[in-house]
Amino acid sequence: MDDILLLDAIERYRNGEMSPQEITFFEELRKNNPDIDQLAAEHNFFLTELQNLSDIKSFKHSLNEVESKLENEGAITLKEAKAKTKIVYLWNRYRRTIAVAASIAGIVSILTASIVSMYSEQKKSAVLTPLVDHKINILETKVKQIENTLNDVPAGNKTIPAKPKFEANFRATGFLIDGNGYIITNAHVVDKARNIIVQNKKGEQFFAKSVYSNKLTDLAILKIDDTSFRKVINLPYTFPKYSPELGEHIFTLGYPREEVVYGEGYLSAKSGYFGDTTSYQISISVNPGNSGGPVINKNGEIIGIISSKETNADGVVFAIKSKNIYSALKDLKDDDSIKIPSTNSLKGLDRVKQIQKLEDFVYMIKGN
Amino acid sequence: MNIYEQEKALLEGLAANEKDAIETIYRDNYTMIQSFIVKNNGYPEDARDIFQEAMIVLFEKAKLNSFVLSCQIKTYLYSVCRRLWLKKLQQKSKYYPAFEYLKETVPVEDELEEHEKQNADFSLMEKALAKIGEPCKSILEAYYIQKKSMPDIAETFGYTNADNAKTQKYKCLVRLKKIFFAQYKNGE
Repeated sequence: MDDILLLDAIERYRNGEMSPQEITFFEELRKNNPDIDQLAAEHNFFLTELQNLSDIKSFKHSLNEVESKLENEGAITLKEAKAKTKIVYLWNRYRRTIAVAASIAGIVSILTASIVSMYSEQKKSAVLTPLVDHKINILETKVKQIENTLNDVPAGNKTIPAKPKFEANFRATGFLIDGNGYIITNAHVVDKARNIIVQNKKGEQFFAKSVYSNKLTDLAILKIDDTSFRKVINLPYTFPKYSPELGEHIFTLGYPREEVVYGEGYLSAKSGYFGDTTSYQISISVNPGNSGGPVINKNGEIIGIISSKETNADGVVFAIKSKNIYSALKDLKDDDSIKIPSTNSLKGLDRVKQIQKLEDFVYMIKGN
Repeated sequence: MNIYEQEKALLEGLAANEKDAIETIYRDNYTMIQSFIVKNNGYPEDARDIFQEAMIVLFEKAKLNSFVLSCQIKTYLYSVCRRLWLKKLQQKSKYYPAFEYLKETVPVEDELEEHEKQNADFSLMEKALAKIGEPCKSILEAYYIQKKSMPDIAETFGYTNADNAKTQKYKCLVRLKKIFFAQYKNGE
């Protein structure tokens, strides 16, 4: 009961309900009695907390009232989903997420695009197979050499010029464009070659060097640089004055093997791979080693130079238009004056005769 | 009245829990806070809670006699709301806000710490109130929180006179105090 009286006193003191005498008495009591003073202080703190709680509660009440009043007035909007503002609201809310998502999408698509283009880039070069034979059949070479020796020695007249031991790692084809020993072939054939040897049908080998090479047109001109080479006065073939027509029959000679091989086909298109206007598409059976071989029409005119085939398709072969030879000649240094053959002695002959006259001038290009 | 006087009057009104003052402050500041929060990954409801919290912080400060606001109410509220919302974002471990008004802020960390402590006390008090059971809870709330007079309380709760009610109230208060301080000291 004393406690309750004391609590009552403390509360009345706080609330200012005491008379001046009571206040004096109460303060005196607190001063003289530490227990009561402590209790009073504690209770005071407790009542302050309660008071604060009460204040906050009523303040919150006021806040809510004000808030709903303002909301009713439309001065502030608490509800999000007003149809008109929803998009704006969502945009504001998710703007960052959207930005992040968009950048990720951007990066991914760029990556995808670059990967795709990288792969298709690779594919592009992969589907075009240069027709150089890098897998030279050594056995075949040996047999051929022995064969030549056997054939030639009893005849006694001819000897194969002695050449230093030479191990070739590629084989392709080329043909004379000038009797002085200029041979045309593909740039990709001789590009990386340190030593080049050309060999004719009889098995005669000559050293040659590259005097011109253009990766863009994929044409190279070799010069036979060998004393044992005898000049040829008249080359039997010429180059066409008019551009050939689709369906025109063509044939080629080349060295997909150690022996010259004949193949024939027709002109399929007037442009090459991916619309490349410097080439023709021809349909012909060719193999690695045919690169640089002449593409000859029925009149004995060389319309192109075989360069590559499409890997994934059958009989799709590309040949560089022979016009490009002219520009190659223009680019060539002056001291290498090349005279392109102008007299055609193949016209009107049957194919076998044409080949017989031709084959001596089609060379195997070897090198390492 | 210059701005300073206006704001002082507003704060006095706020401390006295005057609705006009609250309304003026609401009108002047709520929209900005809401757009700040909505732009930073929040909902309008969040803005509402944060703003109310900030108002309470301001209210607590305004009640103190020693309180002098060293900046505009707008700046103060923005600073408090910003701080509160950043904290909430961090708790939700969402990414850091991308949007900020390029306006002045004042340091409010100390006040908010104080405010949090106050909040903790309130929840202790409310827990204690919940524990003492009826009719104590209702009587104490009626007297100390709703500020009803003793005779009213006696009538509501069916006591024969105000003195009986008063005695009952004190008994309840002693119990409440016990529970409150037990928790308070545990919490310290």
